Amino acid sequence: MIRDETIASILAGRRKRFLRWFAATVVLALLAIALCGAMLYLGSTIYPVSDVVRALMGEQVKGASFAVQTIRLPRMLAGLFAGFAFGIGGHIFQTMLRNPLANPNVLGITAGSSAAAVFCIVVLHANRAVVSVAAVVAGLAAVLLIYGLSRGNKFSIGRLILIGIGVQAMLEAVISWLMLISRQHDIPAVLRWLSGSLNGVQMHELPPLITVVLIFAPIVVALGRHLSILELGEHSAVSLGVRTDAVRVMLMFGSVVMIAVATSVTGPIAFVAFLAGPIARRLVGAGFSGAVPAGLVGAVLVLAADLVGQFAFAVRYPVGVITGILGAPYLLFLLVRMNRKGEL
Amino acid sequence: MNERSMNKPGSSLVPKRFPAVLLLGLLLLAASIMVSLAFGSRSVGFGDLIAGLFDPDADTYGADVIRKRISRTVFCLLCGAALGMSGALMQAVTRNPLADPGILGVNSGAALFVVYGIAYLHIGTAGQYITLALIGAAAAFVFVYGIGSLGRGGATPLKLILAGAATSAALSSLITAILLPRSFAMDQFRFWQVGSVGAGDWHKISIFLPFLAVGVLAALLSASALNALTLGDETAVGLGVRKGLVRLAAAAAGVILCGAATALAGPIGFVGLLATHLVRLVLGPDLRFVIPMSALTGAVVLTLSDVAGRLAGRPGELEVGVVTAFIGAPILILLAMKAKVRSL
Repeated sequence: MIRDETIASILAGRRKRFLRWFAATVVLALLAIALCGAMLYLGSTIYPVSDVVRALMGEQVKGASFAVQTIRLPRMLAGLFAGFAFGIGGHIFQTMLRNPLANPNVLGITAGSSAAAVFCIVVLHANRAVVSVAAVVAGLAAVLLIYGLSRGNKFSIGRLILIGIGVQAMLEAVISWLMLISRQHDIPAVLRWLSGSLNGVQMHELPPLITVVLIFAPIVVALGRHLSILELGEHSAVSLGVRTDAVRVMLMFGSVVMIAVATSVTGPIAFVAFLAGPIARRLVGAGFSGAVPAGLVGAVLVLAADLVGQFAFAVRYPVGVITGILGAPYLLFLLVRMNRKGEL
Repeated sequence: MNERSMNKPGSSLVPKRFPAVLLLGLLLLAASIMVSLAFGSRSVGFGDLIAGLFDPDADTYGADVIRKRISRTVFCLLCGAALGMSGALMQAVTRNPLADPGILGVNSGAALFVVYGIAYLHIGTAGQYITLALIGAAAAFVFVYGIGSLGRGGATPLKLILAGAATSAALSSLITAILLPRSFAMDQFRFWQVGSVGAGDWHKISIFLPFLAVGVLAALLSASALNALTLGDETAVGLGVRKGLVRLAAAAAGVILCGAATALAGPIGFVGLLATHLVRLVLGPDLRFVIPMSALTGAVVLTLSDVAGRLAGRPGELEVGVVTAFIGAPILILLAMKAKVRSL
């Protein structure tokens, strides 16, 4: 008898957690959609909603068509998909390494991808496709290098973070040197890789990003089921029948591809990957996968920060500056809390 | 600390290798001065080199280049000495082998205050730069050390470095936010930052010298008391050391040295880390020798890095800070690989 009651209460708790997860995810999705609408509607000239909609449908509306189709739509799509990619990628690494400090920056993905991309642009004069592939490969190589070095005599996340900071410093030095020897007309393409901004994103840059997110996000989300088991620790996961290495490699590959391709369009938008996971976790609660909510939080962060950067001040700030100013204090706050609890 | 040396800190034993190491250091110093005078973006003939050095009336172009290189080299030596000594002091005060003014975010603090001064107070003279940089460096050091020493275990290397990295990130996004709308400040800041040691002239040197003298004096006076502190606070107090005073003096000396160097040469990282560990490797942990020899080594390291930057960046110049990051970061990686998990 008691057993039945226990099961019933477990099921009730599970249902409650699911409802919370579902409600929070829906709210986040609605918020993202609203922000997308704002991205299309707001601008230096404000067109009536009907004009914006007609322009989206492909009709030629004087003025509105150019603003919406050529400037605002690519900007909105880039922010949406790149934010989603950063959010989900950051969440995956944070969960996999069981540490909120793990993010594409510390793991060297950002610096590795950027260094390789800048090298391809400046030295090899490669085309966009080659640059993107090189960025993905170098991002993966950087993670593996940092992970390998930090296995040293005994793996610890602290060691990994310190080595990550060191590798990042070296790669950034290489980037500075490449910048110096680059030709004048390569500079804009190089800068794209160095600072996060949605300015000047064009429609033809988007298909690779959207394709990659549509392919890899479902894979990563599907594997996210295993992630919650991985969170229990290596031994439990193995005994529950999860092929931990295969799952890890696939998750890492999917995340790095998404992050690197998103970076190729928007540049590294500071702290989004780092912030999205913890915010999503706070909103959806424990128990269900945080991958999709983290992606949505990432998109919401990028879109909202871009709107703030565009319209809140007399000067237009690129989105990366806004997320940097929001993210860095949160990082400090997190450190203070982790130090107090003795988690570091 | 390093167990390899059997010299008890506080005893008057001179490490056996000291005379040989000192001689080697001085030889390297002489060599780096010669290299720094002889090599640069522009090749100068041997005749011009001699004329520039010894004939005040020579007015060839080459002789002028050499005279410029003389002041630059002197400036470089002084900055390197200040940064090297500052690193040794910060490592001693924080009892942390990974401390370095760049890694701890002290340079960023100085940079933020200088930027603030440029943008809002319209500063221009070297004295104003130094004043603001010193305030910023001190504030950043106190802030980072405060956050890093919260919680169990006090200021462990990992906590300090994370606090430093997070603070740097926060400060650099503030710097961007201040600079972006102000093109005049941006130009001046970039000149300051990129100007690096290349902008060193006799005027800057004359302003730098008093700060250097104060810092070096305080460092040398506190060295043997700092030695006692490495044995543990209780032992040190038992030996009659006033630990609060000593640590304050040493920290102030470290901040003055790196703050003044940063004010005049722009932010340069990793010199202190590199110099101090090279010295420790050959001389052991006795701070009475490590502190002055770190100054000597820092001078050599920075001067050679500057030469490397001039050669690698032809026809332009690579900032010296980029070179020092590239050669210094591997030391951070190595130390992180070797460190015991417990001590992170």
